[in-house]
Amino acid sequence: MSGKTNTELNGIWKMHAPLEGEVLRATNLNVFYRDRAKLLFKQNALKQVLYDVNFHIKEGEILGLCGESGCGKSTLSKTATGIIKDFTGELLLKHGQPQMVFQDPYSSLNPSKKIGWLLEEPLKVDRKKQWTGEERRARVREIIAQVELDEHLLERYPDELSGGQRQRVSIAAAIMRRTKLLIADEPVSALDVTIQAQVLKLLDDLHRNLGLSILFISHDLRVVYQICDRVMIMQKGRIVEQGTVDEVYRNPQQEYTKQLLRAANL
Amino acid sequence: MEKTSFRQRFKTYVSHLPHPGYFRAGLVITAIVLFVIIVGIFYMPYGPTELSPDRLQDPSLLHLMGTDKMGRDVFSRVMYGSRVTLLVAMGTMIIGAGCGILIGALTGFYGGALDEVVMRIMDALFAFPNVLLALVLVSLFGSGTFRVMWALGIAFIPSFARVVRSEYIRCKHMDYVKNARLQGVGNLRVIFVHILPNVKGVLLSNLLIGFNNAVLAEAGLSFLGIGSQPPYASLGQMIAEGQEVFFRVPSCVLGPGIVIVLMVLGFSLMGEGIRTASGTLEE
Repeated sequence: MSGKTNTELNGIWKMHAPLEGEVLRATNLNVFYRDRAKLLFKQNALKQVLYDVNFHIKEGEILGLCGESGCGKSTLSKTATGIIKDFTGELLLKHGQPQMVFQDPYSSLNPSKKIGWLLEEPLKVDRKKQWTGEERRARVREIIAQVELDEHLLERYPDELSGGQRQRVSIAAAIMRRTKLLIADEPVSALDVTIQAQVLKLLDDLHRNLGLSILFISHDLRVVYQICDRVMIMQKGRIVEQGTVDEVYRNPQQEYTKQLLRAANL
Repeated sequence: MEKTSFRQRFKTYVSHLPHPGYFRAGLVITAIVLFVIIVGIFYMPYGPTELSPDRLQDPSLLHLMGTDKMGRDVFSRVMYGSRVTLLVAMGTMIIGAGCGILIGALTGFYGGALDEVVMRIMDALFAFPNVLLALVLVSLFGSGTFRVMWALGIAFIPSFARVVRSEYIRCKHMDYVKNARLQGVGNLRVIFVHILPNVKGVLLSNLLIGFNNAVLAEAGLSFLGIGSQPPYASLGQMIAEGQEVFFRVPSCVLGPGIVIVLMVLGFSLMGEGIRTASGTLEE
């Protein structure tokens, strides 16, 4: 519990910031959760979950974020996308709104809408451009080919798809408006190993072909090793170690990192 | 891409229900009642207010349900009265469910002080039995078919608002809602386009049950002499008028009574058919 009140939380979250060679830069992020006050009119209590987080994502790189569950990985991702607003510090984004791919492909797609509708939705609400129906459908076909899904799936509902297919749909919806930064919060944790490999390959392909930067969050160090350029290790709301994958995996500095690597048999 | 006909899809929908037998039985009963009502729009054997010297006749081929003490044909009056009851019940549902969904959706989604205030008012309304609340409203604004419809509609708002609100509270933290907001979907579009279809299962079984309550409440109110006024027929009012001749011509009471029972039974069975143990619709 901290003594801070609402008025002190003046974190800056800014899109289209002038960054050189980076798509995201976070400086001195302190993020809080708001415990709902039990009494009406009482000040909500704040609970700090992230402490002095500094990091950046370079243009066109995949940055891994590792740590045990509950260490604040998802909180960091939600702060980066602007879902959480209770923070201090500065978070700058070079491009527009980053998109997310969530862990559980069973709850991240609206169960009462068809896949085609779900994919068209980001275009319908696009404020920059008025898409005609024909343009939307053409774009959907283009993307659906990019994520290697069959066009007949467009007429299906999410619960008629497998976990891997759903995760591909989530990715497709995220890149629909040509986002430059994708935040993938444990995107393969709910999938079995062969499907994991396919989805990872897809993310890697999109990263190469579209110049997509990805913040890849996972508790699985093996997965991070496969796909990421750089990695950050997080413990109890602090980033304890960061560097290229080779540096961190070959020569870990922190005891906690060594523990994680031992636990993953690496 | 295979296109399936509505008929085919409806059949598969029914066969996947938890209790398809109940649903089919309810559908048949409701169809019979609806058939009688729809035929009544185009053709009635006698006018519902048409008097004749053949008073208090037992059922015969000329008068399927006999005649009442003024010589009016009970069957024709049942045809007319059940149309009124159905319309009032439907109007009640449209008002009650419409406002209930709106209130429940907004309070559930936004939460906060608005939610607290509106839901406390709803709780206060909910504390009164529906019929009693409708009686209060009718005594304030006067009786008549349309006023009864409004009164009942308002009395039904809280039950819908509560159900819809709890569903919205459950849905608003789902990842697909977060995802939609990240894509830049506005609040109102999230509420009515993204979340509302996911509430329809719970809503449907509540609508069917609410419809029953509305039919019974309308019959009850017109039995008490509120609602559609004589000489125009309504089922409850016919029972009230018929009870003094119940032992001479039972069909005066049984006729409208049976139609009320069938109406309620049909919708109850349909509601029961689509309801699972938790009260939600089966996938």
